[in-house]
Amino acid sequence: MTDATSTPGPMDAPAVKGSLHVQDARTRKRNAAEARFKFYGLSAVAIGLVFLVVLLTAIIGNGVGAFQQSFIAAQVYLDPARLDKAGDRNIEDIKKVSTFGYTPLIQQAVFDKVTELGIDTPFDDAKDMKALISASAAAIVRDEVIANPDLIGQTVEFRLLAASRVDGYLKGRVSRDSVARDKNIDAEHLDLVDALRDEGIIAKGFNASFITGADASESRPEQAGLGVSILGSFFMMLVVLGLSLPVGVAASIYLEEFASKNRLTDIIEVNISNLAAVPSIVFGILGLAVFIQFMHLPQSAPLVGGLVLTLMTLPTIIISTRASLKAVPPSIRDAALGVGASKMQSVFHHVLPLAMPGILTGTIIGLAQALGETAPLLLIGMVGYIATNYPEGLAGGFIDPNSAMPAQIYEWAKRADPAYYERAWGGIIILLVFLMTMNIIAILLRRRFERRW
Amino acid sequence: MTLKLTASALAIAAVSASAAHARDNVQVAGSSTVLPYASIVAEAFGENFDFPTPVVESGGSSAGLKRFCEGVGENSIDIANASRAIREKEIEACAANGVTDIIEVRIGYDGIVFASQIDGPAFTAFEPADLYNALAPKVLKDGALVDNPYTTWAEFNADLPDVEISAFIPGTKHGTREVFEEKVLAVGCEITGAFQAMIDGGMSEDDAEDACIAVRTDGKSVDIDGDYTETLARIDSNANGVGVFGLAFYENNTDKLKVATMSGIAPSTETIASGEYPVSRPLFFYVKKAHIGVIPGLKEYAEFFVSDEIAGPDGPLSEYGLVSDPELAQTQAAVADEQTMGGGM
Repeated sequence: MTDATSTPGPMDAPAVKGSLHVQDARTRKRNAAEARFKFYGLSAVAIGLVFLVVLLTAIIGNGVGAFQQSFIAAQVYLDPARLDKAGDRNIEDIKKVSTFGYTPLIQQAVFDKVTELGIDTPFDDAKDMKALISASAAAIVRDEVIANPDLIGQTVEFRLLAASRVDGYLKGRVSRDSVARDKNIDAEHLDLVDALRDEGIIAKGFNASFITGADASESRPEQAGLGVSILGSFFMMLVVLGLSLPVGVAASIYLEEFASKNRLTDIIEVNISNLAAVPSIVFGILGLAVFIQFMHLPQSAPLVGGLVLTLMTLPTIIISTRASLKAVPPSIRDAALGVGASKMQSVFHHVLPLAMPGILTGTIIGLAQALGETAPLLLIGMVGYIATNYPEGLAGGFIDPNSAMPAQIYEWAKRADPAYYERAWGGIIILLVFLMTMNIIAILLRRRFERRW
Repeated sequence: MTLKLTASALAIAAVSASAAHARDNVQVAGSSTVLPYASIVAEAFGENFDFPTPVVESGGSSAGLKRFCEGVGENSIDIANASRAIREKEIEACAANGVTDIIEVRIGYDGIVFASQIDGPAFTAFEPADLYNALAPKVLKDGALVDNPYTTWAEFNADLPDVEISAFIPGTKHGTREVFEEKVLAVGCEITGAFQAMIDGGMSEDDAEDACIAVRTDGKSVDIDGDYTETLARIDSNANGVGVFGLAFYENNTDKLKVATMSGIAPSTETIASGEYPVSRPLFFYVKKAHIGVIPGLKEYAEFFVSDEIAGPDGPLSEYGLVSDPELAQTQAAVADEQTMGGGM
């Protein structure tokens, strides 16, 4: 406006007549354009928020069920005639009784309870209780007996997992309509479940073993947990941190502070940027070819996973480290050099400490990215029925076969039993909690320690 | 601090390189169809024996056998799961890498079923001819071989629903696809007379056989390269869709899918075991004999897999959907004797 009035010309003639209080057509147009742009911006933000809300509700709505599990309280009579035929409590003989020998005892225990409570049910055989009890129950009882053979002959109270269909019914995932078409469980069993729930024999409880447990086979989703693969991810992140931070920081300090500007460093620089854009599956193939087939590192090992993810994380760390080194003003270096510090002293005593918050933030973001990565793990054998044993000791954590959180979630999502679907969503909640914690730490570090000049 | 970390990481890498030669768990890889069964067995094995739970990876029969044949030694896998028999070419590749003594173990049979959305149109009975007419690129119509003109099922079989053809079949990397081609498409090709027409049209027998198992590419048939869960998702969102599933997968999702009969026979473990239901295939795993005695628990795992309480008609595998092998006793004996392929001991 000021321009238009201060430089009068033939075009501005009408403007002389106008008042500042009356907007002319051009001003209105400009204001309207601004209002429109604000609206576009706001709606973009709103759409983003709506997606976030939809995503979070879907994840939490689908996944929260995995943190609860139905348990059956059962008083199991550990029949010596079945578990210790010789009667001498010889542990080797007791071990010979497989889980299949324990299943009838547990079914009998639940059936006895049903009879004792006088619940009206069409079932008259202990075997009919099979549909209620998880296949994991026998292993729980057997482990207890082997750990403590003196229990044989006694009646012991166990808290056993309910079968996944029963669990689904109590959580509302399995309805009576769907049961009519499901041959794994029928309406009579659900009636029995209702009765047992009223008696407090079957109850839902917090499912700690979902967070700490190991993966389970396809036939018993109720037992599956993410614990072992969380450890797998943890050891992978240790490898990534231990390798990519020193290598990345050393490379960036050299490139930023010491290297001369020439064609070679230009090429290196361009390649680092390119590397950051390489799809992660490419690193997986590289890992398979180099670490497993050439170097003969073990399959499915978090060590190999960590090495592959290190390659993926390095460019991110180098780029962010160089950016934070660049952000340290040259006056600091000049001052250090001016009082007689060597080049290396100026870097390590002054520049690096000042750049540290930025470097750590970049590292944490890089780690968070690596934590959520699945594709390269597919190729180095970390997807499947793998996260079944807790690693033994520190070295075992790196080389024992293991999975990782995202790989485990992917594996669960593939499985046939619909109960695994719930587990997959629950796993996503845990993964998101980890990622958010890491990002919050990064933000806090930046807020607290970053200095601006 | 960083220096220490690097040093320790390097030390660990060095340790692991040597530790890789002291593997104490059985490693299995291969078919994603066999994976559920193998995981059930591995889990029970870990519970009942003092050995660690074996590790079972998926990835497909071919990928598994390829890794199996990479060589002998603790860095290669001990067992390959396969939803088809090992091929001559693969045996040769194995031999070239020193894997000569292979024990073939047939664990049972798997049925392949055709299912659609439970509330969708009434796809209740298929014949191989129907699927051929629906999916082949060239069909016999009014005595002449023409480009497939059909867009709805009712056009060639009035008993089928009058809805758009939309089929979801396993992609070519799946072992299931091969069975589907062999036992459905090729049979339908012969029954409809298309095969004869191709021969009469001057094609060689081999070319005609290949042409018989081709699938139309106009979008009416979709290859699913992922798992059955993906096929299920497609069927879920498309009421007219017909999908190919494994029997075990179908039995776990009977509340969402309805199955069609094939040549009048409903698929079940009984009809498949008796051979009445035509679309089934044997499932196998292959054991590297050189690893027996080196990898602890390998032979025990193989024996446990085929034992009556696991693979028998009342075992957990059959409960999950595996059709138990009527000749299981022979398989058990073969595993106990470590009989290798080609009859060697």
